[in-house]
Amino acid sequence: MTVQLDRPVPGDSPGTGGPVRLPWRSRLHAWEGRSAPYLYVTPFFLVFAAFGLFPLVYTAFISLHRYKLGSRMSWIGFDNYVWLFTNGAFYNSLWKTITIGVLSTVPQLMLALGLAHLLNYRLRGRTFLRVAMLMPYATSVAAATLVFALIFGRDAGIINGLLGLVGIDPVDWRNGDWTAQIAISVIVIWRWTGYNALIYLAGMQSISSDLYEAAALDGANRWQQFRHVTLPGLRPTILFTIVVSTIGASQLFGEPLLFGGGQANGGPVGQYQTLGLFMYQQGWQFGQLGRAATVAWVTFLLIIGLVLLNTRLSKLRGGADR
Amino acid sequence: MSSPRKLSQPRTTTAAIAVAAAITLTLTACGSGATPAASSGPVELKVSLFGTFGYDETGLFKAYEAQNPGVKITYESTQGEDKYWPALQTRLASGSGVADVQGIEVARISDVTTNQSDKWTDLRDTPAKDSIGGYIGWKEPAATTKDGAVLGLGTDIGPTGICYRPDLLAKAGLPTDPAALAAQMPTWDAFLALGEKYKANAPAGSAWHDSAGGLYNAIVSTQKEIYYDGSGKLVYNSNPAVRSAFDTAAGAGQKGLTAKLEQFVDPGWDQGFSSGSFATIACPSWMIGYIKGKAGDAGANKWNVTTLPGGAGGNWGGAYLAIPASSQHKDEAAKLIAWLTAPEQQATVFDKVGNFPSTTGAIAKVEGTTDPYFNNAPIGKIFSRSAETSPVQILGPEDGVVKSAMTQALLSVETSGASPADAWKAAGTKISNQVG
Repeated sequence: MTVQLDRPVPGDSPGTGGPVRLPWRSRLHAWEGRSAPYLYVTPFFLVFAAFGLFPLVYTAFISLHRYKLGSRMSWIGFDNYVWLFTNGAFYNSLWKTITIGVLSTVPQLMLALGLAHLLNYRLRGRTFLRVAMLMPYATSVAAATLVFALIFGRDAGIINGLLGLVGIDPVDWRNGDWTAQIAISVIVIWRWTGYNALIYLAGMQSISSDLYEAAALDGANRWQQFRHVTLPGLRPTILFTIVVSTIGASQLFGEPLLFGGGQANGGPVGQYQTLGLFMYQQGWQFGQLGRAATVAWVTFLLIIGLVLLNTRLSKLRGGADR
Repeated sequence: MSSPRKLSQPRTTTAAIAVAAAITLTLTACGSGATPAASSGPVELKVSLFGTFGYDETGLFKAYEAQNPGVKITYESTQGEDKYWPALQTRLASGSGVADVQGIEVARISDVTTNQSDKWTDLRDTPAKDSIGGYIGWKEPAATTKDGAVLGLGTDIGPTGICYRPDLLAKAGLPTDPAALAAQMPTWDAFLALGEKYKANAPAGSAWHDSAGGLYNAIVSTQKEIYYDGSGKLVYNSNPAVRSAFDTAAGAGQKGLTAKLEQFVDPGWDQGFSSGSFATIACPSWMIGYIKGKAGDAGANKWNVTTLPGGAGGNWGGAYLAIPASSQHKDEAAKLIAWLTAPEQQATVFDKVGNFPSTTGAIAKVEGTTDPYFNNAPIGKIFSRSAETSPVQILGPEDGVVKSAMTQALLSVETSGASPADAWKAAGTKISNQVG
């Protein structure tokens, strides 16, 4: 009955004067059309609010308290931040995060670019090589790091064995300053190079082959093609990998933790204590949750700063190119 | 060019959000094991320990289940106490996921009696109350709060000796017989002088001692007052015994008498028990079982045990069993820990694993024990003597923190060439950062 009534009546055409009142059913449809997308994305935002936004805000709240594991919180304002910014161990871990980050990210992306370039040619067993490249990425951090800890062992490690063959004295990788950082960077490079190479490869394959043909016609050799066709075409991909690697490097945690035998101090003098380890040590070794929350927030802000810097830089470069 | 770049921008935002989520999650995520509901059926007792207590290894859990048909024991163990303790603290704080029986290391027991008495069961109100009296002098008082509540039953203590490799000592022309060796090391300085001799004639790649940290812990283990004084004040900074032990150990590290292997952490340390990268190691009784595990069958008769320099008594380590206040099966758990810590079971554990008993009854039983793995060393006699002559140590809530900072500082002297004075200062900063 109502259905009949609600149907648009022929002849009652719009535009005869005044705002048209659509029947409610049409309005419902229109409203549904407008609101449905919001409804569909709601689950993500609800989950994000529960597991992303709330912890974020709550961590900020905790960071303003003295909160030792197992005792009650007490408000101390910004004391934790004062403690953090006057703490040598914090600056040490910040510096180590940067050095390990550079040591691992730069060679990793360069290697990945080279590998992707090679794999972009028609090679025999190309699929196998591509899958093989992704294997380290599929390996668990724990397993990889434990194996690398043995490989970099002082007395019975393979690396020192090989160095011994060429007459170099055994190196105490884990206890040295730069040596430990290099060892950890090697683990990171080993794990992530293949992943980045695959991303580069995908990027390369989206570059039109016409461009290469045109370049070839103009007499560009392979290296020139790489420099003047591949690299510019890959710029957005490269930016993406740099951003992701930077974030990954600033959060580096599992490798140094396990390389140090599960200890959060990052070596006797903190020579490979990253920000992540420093936070973990405050929170779970010392039970200082307030301080750990402070470290977490400062790290968060640092990462946001880095990401903004990255995008700004790339925008500048993009603009200069035009 | 511009469109792909724009595409990547939302990604960076999502990534930043994900980062934030990941970081904050690590802080808020808590262990949330299911709390067992009390039931009329068979009682399931959860036992959560660290390292090697020896109950599972010697089949004592199975034996208890056989004697008590209504009880089923679920057992889990974390290898490192430094990982076990923070996890336990998280669970205690969140109020879920704790087991019915938890192990507590002696360096933590003061923290428990001082700061956490509301989280643990007073054993005087349980069937375990009759077991409290059977211990050597200091063991149970250390687990008793100011108000007299007893929060744990002692398992083992850590009387300490020196374990050494006779085969390596022979190569360097040093005595291999325990008594003859003991006679040549009346003091720690004499012990290190032997180390100098060893270094001069030792096989390549073999150091006298395993680590400066281990040496330091053995030296302080003979002291009564270590990090706290009798009134409960933190005095590590002014206690000459601590500083002198630190300097002795640091000196040994600087002279190259140690293998520079971090105990329990460096994979090379574990390998060293069989490869011979060190000839001696400070040997609390629980180290006996550790050596057997790491050196394996091939290591039988490679090791021997003698007393600490000058025949001094020392105590390094030991543990308690306790029942969290949130346990649903306090009575059953209390019966279990009373049985596990009874003299017969303590003696069994010592015979098979090496953890030295803490009840007077069990100590009397094991006095004559020798260990075929260690060249038939009279380990019962050696560790009993060490336990008898060991001073009653004053324990404090931050013992574990200070000990770990000292060990790390000594490792930095050994491996990164830090001067002992600088390392001492760094340790102090670390400690005040944590305790404060």
